[in-house]
Amino acid sequence: MSGLSISRRGLLAGVSALGASAALSACGAKTGEDSSAGSAAKADTSGSTVKVGLLNSLSGTMAISEVTVHNALLLAVEEINAAGGVLGKKLKPVSQDGASDWPTFAEKAEGLIKDDKVVATFGCWTSASRKAVKPVFERYKSLLFYPVQYEGLEQSPYIFYTGATTNQQIVPALDYLKKQGLTRLYLVGSDYVFPRTANKIIKAYAEANGMKVVGEDYAPLGSTEFSTIVNKVKDSGADAVFNTLNGDSNVAFFKEYKSSGLTAKKMPVLSVSIAEEEVKSIGTQYLEGQLTAWNYYQTTPGSANSAFVKAYQAKYGKDRPTSDPMEAAYISVHLWKAMVEKAGSFDVAKVKAASDGITFDAPEGEVTVDGTTQHVHKTARIGKVGADGLIEEVWNSGKPIEPDPYLKGYSWASGLS
Amino acid sequence: MTTTVTSRARLARFRAPGGFLLGAVLLLGVAPLVLPDFRLSLLAKYLCYAIVAVGVSLAWGRGGLLVLGQGVFFGLGGYAMAMHLKLADATAAGETLPDFMQLYGTSDALPWWWEPFRSPLFALVMTVVLPMAVAAALGFFVFRRRVKGAYFAILSQALAAALAIWLVGQQATTGGTNGLTDIQGFFGYDLNDPVNQRMVYLVIAAALLLVMVLARQLFVSRFGELLVAVRDSEERVRFLGYNPANVKLVAYVVAAGMAGLAGALFVPAVGIISPALIGIVPSIGFVIGAAVGGRASLVGAVLGAVAVAWAQSTLSDAFPAAWTYLQGLLFVVAVGFLPGGLASLATLLRNRRTRPDSSGGAV
Repeated sequence: MSGLSISRRGLLAGVSALGASAALSACGAKTGEDSSAGSAAKADTSGSTVKVGLLNSLSGTMAISEVTVHNALLLAVEEINAAGGVLGKKLKPVSQDGASDWPTFAEKAEGLIKDDKVVATFGCWTSASRKAVKPVFERYKSLLFYPVQYEGLEQSPYIFYTGATTNQQIVPALDYLKKQGLTRLYLVGSDYVFPRTANKIIKAYAEANGMKVVGEDYAPLGSTEFSTIVNKVKDSGADAVFNTLNGDSNVAFFKEYKSSGLTAKKMPVLSVSIAEEEVKSIGTQYLEGQLTAWNYYQTTPGSANSAFVKAYQAKYGKDRPTSDPMEAAYISVHLWKAMVEKAGSFDVAKVKAASDGITFDAPEGEVTVDGTTQHVHKTARIGKVGADGLIEEVWNSGKPIEPDPYLKGYSWASGLS
Repeated sequence: MTTTVTSRARLARFRAPGGFLLGAVLLLGVAPLVLPDFRLSLLAKYLCYAIVAVGVSLAWGRGGLLVLGQGVFFGLGGYAMAMHLKLADATAAGETLPDFMQLYGTSDALPWWWEPFRSPLFALVMTVVLPMAVAAALGFFVFRRRVKGAYFAILSQALAAALAIWLVGQQATTGGTNGLTDIQGFFGYDLNDPVNQRMVYLVIAAALLLVMVLARQLFVSRFGELLVAVRDSEERVRFLGYNPANVKLVAYVVAAGMAGLAGALFVPAVGIISPALIGIVPSIGFVIGAAVGGRASLVGAVLGAVAVAWAQSTLSDAFPAAWTYLQGLLFVVAVGFLPGGLASLATLLRNRRTRPDSSGGAV
């Protein structure tokens, strides 16, 4: 009996508390009003060092890939510090673990900006994590450098994209397949945003270029059951497979592919998410002769790359490969440094204004920042997996391709977005 | 002797309202004053998990139903809220479709099942009613067929996995793996304004207090007694003439409603809802906090949920690889060796002290 009366009293208190909080709510800005005064976070540039945020998944399913990016970022920071820092200030890297969980990425991004007062943040891998942190960087007007090839259709004023957009990776890959006479394609991908968007683009391209998509299948992320899909691929009469599978699924897919008797000669697989690190974990015997599309390989010629590979292996071990996302992460720090030095300030608005036309002698060849889209001009490269597990280039676009995240320059893509 | 008993009883009468008042002062008064914006928004997120834990405490702690699929209800509430907020954002920006539909969508029209969520009232009601309806439909068949224990746990997990996979597959209408992100406004208030972020925190804290009052009322009611009786001996309750299926159903449905409310409040606090918050792993995560703190104790479950979420935020940076193991270990220790959670630790120690001769026995 007494319990009931207590609760009634408690209920009353709860309701009045709710009322109080509702009354408090009247102070905030309404949507559409300008509320920027209270929200832009100030980076701390007062000391002899400035903090930079490194936001990668150091645990969880994405850790295997993102740790390599984290390593490359640390290498770049170390090099910059050894050369005297940026505007006379040493960089202090602050690492935060996104834990392969998208809301955690948003939480950590906010922590880096507000608690650590970083001057810029580098990181994220999956599109889902980038979409989760995008509003945070926009809210606090802070910069993120995103180093992974992605599905395009984005242009945040507070993100610089140093990996490839679709017209620097997927479209050149399709051009290459068409030139080889491989016009009947089977699309296999993991079930998430990048593969689904990539396949939409591929289908539009195929229709306009006399190619034919003979099948399209998605497997849940992390799925390892591929016998059904491989059987369908085998019976489809396709000339080639366009593979947008991510992570562990590739291991199961390529094992099944080989054991069903399909080979790189009979029906090549062109993959857009398999780099040197993944070749190692999948097993070279399953991948030898298969195709990949990237902007950088460990074997890319040039003194900038041999210096990068040498420095990376000296720091992390002789047998560690370098890959495209690692290189894009590495150059992102150097590009940011060049922007800050051109601007003469760490101020975000000034850095953004100085970004257009910044060039860097990158391991992948010279790259140039496009200030309008905040993407980078990059050379597309098709590679073939060799017996040693490295990827040898078989074709490149000859010169850096201008980034076009919304594919505005391609008439066949007009219906896409 | 008798005087001490009555004074202790009198003290006990004031323990619950006193504790409630203390909690209210801490959450609504002290926390907003001492915590900076960023910490307060983290606390808001933890309190959402605590609201789920209150439901877990009811269904699992009191009712013995190992609810390993609370992510489903959390997600339904979250998506109902986020769908409305995305539509409101789009309308405010002068667009007909939310941003992700313009990018990934296949048609220029809004899917029919999105349309009703334009109404703020409908969306608000649905954040709680939708999860409760799903729980009622599922529970009706499951409890009637006397599905119990591990089978019930597996079933609720399967549901969580199925919903997450379905949401990922429907990229054009649900945002796929990305989920619904970039939420700008909350019923006309700009979420980019720190003042409004504080308002969201206060609403969440008030909701938690309300939910705790409701749960306590259920605990001490006749229904609460019956629920414990069903947990401890379902057959006896049936012989007494009650239908255990109905008792369990009510607990399950109320817990689902609480998870739905938590999901709905999570959206303005964190600004995102995605399938990653719905699947098997987060569903287990919702239970761990309650298990560690003490699933049968309301305050234990709430503090456990907040503490585990806080530990995850702080420890995962220092020991990223070790955190997952630690989380698993906590769960094993709590369930295997301390079924009452940390809340029972004090009682356990007190009992050991008063009965020194039994200290050598099994604990």
